[in-house]
Amino acid sequence: MSVDPSYYLALAGLMFAIGVVGTLTRRNAIVIFMFIELMLNAVNLIFVTFARMWGNVDGQVLVFFVLVVAAAEAVVGLAIILVIARRRETSNVDDISMLKW
Amino acid sequence: MTVEYIVFGVMFVVALGSSLAMLFAKNAVHAALFLVATQIALAVAFLLQGAFFVAAIQIILYAGAIMVLFLFVIMLLGVDRQEALIEPLPGQRPLAIGLGVLLATEILWIAFRGLDLVAAGGGGAEALTGLNRDPGNVKALAGSLFGKYTFPFEATSVLLVVAIVGVMVLARRINALSSDDRVAETDAAREDLVAGRRGAA
Repeated sequence: MSVDPSYYLALAGLMFAIGVVGTLTRRNAIVIFMFIELMLNAVNLIFVTFARMWGNVDGQVLVFFVLVVAAAEAVVGLAIILVIARRRETSNVDDISMLKW
Repeated sequence: MTVEYIVFGVMFVVALGSSLAMLFAKNAVHAALFLVATQIALAVAFLLQGAFFVAAIQIILYAGAIMVLFLFVIMLLGVDRQEALIEPLPGQRPLAIGLGVLLATEILWIAFRGLDLVAAGGGGAEALTGLNRDPGNVKALAGSLFGKYTFPFEATSVLLVVAIVGVMVLARRINALSSDDRVAETDAAREDLVAGRRGAA
């Protein structure tokens, strides 16, 4: 008998909640991106756990798609942060409010 | 099977502990290193669940490539900046923590009580062990990725190309001049040219 899938799902859920709290409370744009990566990682753990529960590899294939999206998002987001830091000398999200109505 | 429980316990503590430490890390570099620890712990979780190739990819791509990118940008922007403590929205942080706790409670309830809703079919863990043994993990993955999921797989290549082109457009810097400067420079050169022609005439 191996470890119950519920415990993996619980771990993933706790990590996802930590990611949400971090995204909402931190002010540094790079750190916010790291918490988004943490949430994507938690989702990957859920996919792998469901793949084991269902007994096929579809969940593991979906992990690759999440990974590609995470990589694309990180690359584009970090480039935007870099451009903002170059022009406005800040990576604090409170200072970047020009598009706010 | 006791070994599996011990490994799972250690992995659980490391993953959860380093995610929490990320939350309390003042320095962005420390947060990045805690994220790497979390991702390696998650690779162990993937190994425990028979996702061998995904575990390897997790370490190579996430803990390797993506985190290096993060550290690169952190170092490029400078690490000594302090996070602002003023709150533009009063009460936002306590509210965020409260909502996060609520979300965690909900997900925990689903994980332990509501699992009957999702665990409706499939062959279970034994079927996955059989798949890992008979065609092998990588072969089964490849069969699914290039068979059932061919179109999404090709679509991700489009996504990657778009991301690369977008980043190149965003991050380029032309001779350290902004476009306004270059327009001004061209205008000045044209003025000089016109003035020179007039002078010659």
